[in-house]
Amino acid sequence: MLLTGAEIIIETLIEQGCDTVFGYPGGFVLNIYDELYKNSDRIKHIITAHEQGAAHAADGYARATGKVGVVIATSGPGVTNLVTGIATAFLDSTPIVAITGNVPLSMLGRDSFQEVDSTGITMPITKHNYIVKDVKDLASIIREAFVVAKSGRPGPVLVDVPKDIQLAKCEFEPVGMLEAEPKRKVSDNFLSKCAALINASERPYIYCGGGVIAADASEEIKALSLKLGAPIGLSIMGLSSIPRDFPNWLGMMGMHGRYSSTKANYEADLIIALGVRFSDRATGDKNKFKRDAKIIHIDIDPAELNKNIDSTISSAGDIKNAVGRLLPLIEDKDRTPWQRRIDELRADEEKYAPQNVGRLTPQKIIAALQNCTSKDTIVVTDVGQHQMWTAQNYKLYKPRTLLTSGGLGTMGFGMGAAIGASVAKGKAQTVLVTGDGSFGMNLTELATAVSQNLPLRIVIMNNGVLGMVRQWQTLFFGKRYSNTTLNRKTDFVRLAKAFGAAGVRITDESELDSAMKKAFQTDGPVVIDCIIDMDENVYPMIPAGGSIEDIILN
Amino acid sequence: MRQDQFILGVIVSNHFGVLTRVSGLFSRRGYNIDSLNVSETEDPKFSRMTIIVTGDDYIKNQIVKQLSKLRDVKKVELLPADATVLREHMLIKLDIKGHSISEITEAANIFRAKVIDFNADSVTIEMTGESSKLDAFIDYAKTFGIIELCRAGALAVKRGPGALNGEYNED
Repeated sequence: MLLTGAEIIIETLIEQGCDTVFGYPGGFVLNIYDELYKNSDRIKHIITAHEQGAAHAADGYARATGKVGVVIATSGPGVTNLVTGIATAFLDSTPIVAITGNVPLSMLGRDSFQEVDSTGITMPITKHNYIVKDVKDLASIIREAFVVAKSGRPGPVLVDVPKDIQLAKCEFEPVGMLEAEPKRKVSDNFLSKCAALINASERPYIYCGGGVIAADASEEIKALSLKLGAPIGLSIMGLSSIPRDFPNWLGMMGMHGRYSSTKANYEADLIIALGVRFSDRATGDKNKFKRDAKIIHIDIDPAELNKNIDSTISSAGDIKNAVGRLLPLIEDKDRTPWQRRIDELRADEEKYAPQNVGRLTPQKIIAALQNCTSKDTIVVTDVGQHQMWTAQNYKLYKPRTLLTSGGLGTMGFGMGAAIGASVAKGKAQTVLVTGDGSFGMNLTELATAVSQNLPLRIVIMNNGVLGMVRQWQTLFFGKRYSNTTLNRKTDFVRLAKAFGAAGVRITDESELDSAMKKAFQTDGPVVIDCIIDMDENVYPMIPAGGSIEDIILN
Repeated sequence: MRQDQFILGVIVSNHFGVLTRVSGLFSRRGYNIDSLNVSETEDPKFSRMTIIVTGDDYIKNQIVKQLSKLRDVKKVELLPADATVLREHMLIKLDIKGHSISEITEAANIFRAKVIDFNADSVTIEMTGESSKLDAFIDYAKTFGIIELCRAGALAVKRGPGALNGEYNED
């Protein structure tokens, strides 16, 4: 059938399994929006308050569902507003496709109104990007964009479509949804080398990252852990991959990781690293991290092997497949002393738990929040102290239930991502834990949450300061609080009401549980403004580039 | 070739933007390109790049893997310095005022270079060879005075019958 470019975009999006897009209209996507109007029964469009919110929403949608998230924006400022969202998805390996309009081909390169070099700007933050210069290529490029986004290590892809391509007509044949490219597999030879290292190990430690969630490999890794008697430590991106009640769970390791998890990692004689990239936030001092321990590294992306840490052996391949094939090669071995040591570390950790009697602490807020949620609830965070408190204390039980900007550390990620997750999850409640600083960055998206009547619970840990930066200033800059004391007079409860949302303030521990419960019974979005002390710090903390020897416990 | 340099042969899709993708990857990861040459191959769908890079084994390893991730890169191979034919091409224009023409043609002959343009005041010489030979000629030419110099990046193919092999093996 003969279709216009704009019609082809809608048809290929639907064909590739997309039922919801996030975006913001504008001059050079008018034709696409006209088709969205005509096809509103087949594809839902969520308009945000700002393109950045739309990009984070597509990202949140993708993280929550595992599907490709889609965002549409106009040329020029539409594209530049997407940039932070695309980079966030790139650093955390989330599959999104961004469709952007551009000026007509004949106007390109002339600094036309609302023209920027969209593919040039997004080149270093996408897996691949395209500018469509012939309508005959449009359908195949959009299809390829979906395949690239979800294949191998997932990531964002941008397709720039000049206005005249949206208007031009060509023949269109539907092809059906395309599968991701087959994942590479590690060799038998590599697995037998892994088995030899594992079978010889007295103190193995499994270290899981976001790649485990992407590979859906949680069950295989739990089986490996039980067979080995090995504890499992997690990066923040891998935090939801292993349930909190799993017996060998040790939790997050690294800069703000749990004492037991980081310490056990340093005492291990073998680190089995799965779907991680050894981020500097997780490893600290690379040499001390490596010591004389053996390291096995498996990741879907070959470029991650020996990039940040030299491993003993490494291979690129699908983790689910690799660990599944590794299991039968593992010999039974008694590792009771190592398990006893892990129990000791767990017990030690209790000693360092914050006491904080009689005041509203972040830990108590997280506990009250936990009482109101289920194992399926998706929790989204922004970036800063509240993010670490959530990562340390909120108990996760299922993959894809914690959405957080781990790699880029994007303040302002939360509102958009929570909207995307909430749209994906329908009537189920979605939670955003944020700080007054992060919330301030993209709080305009409250308008989107209200217009969609999303059951979104927004918990603000409000300390009136940029807490994480302040913490560094406290510890490393002689308490010179340069530009981190906000002195704002924003009333978040009234702000919520102005946006048409509900709002409640919690200032005292005594009202915490009942106020939280009540907030969760509200229909539609609700802002829960929790006032905490500005000198609450995140502990443990290993200063940047440090090791377990430098850990600050409280 | 210095000890800390290496040669990459790269086959890429022959369309716009590919050079930017490749050079952008080098700059954002902080790798130095010493020279880069690109042109269409016998199959117009593909171009071939020859890239000379300075770096240690870590950089060498990362560059090959990062390049392999680019959608437009079809093959990447590290060409062994001791089993690769490497050639550079140069056009150099010399000021010959006060010198005899035979002086310069003689030198060109010794270096197996060709005079391709000539007038009373200047001579333009074309020269092909390994970098060190070109360097030596440039050094000598300074006695005349160099008006301008245009030097292409190195071209490289492996010795023997084999073509560029891009098979990646991670084990």
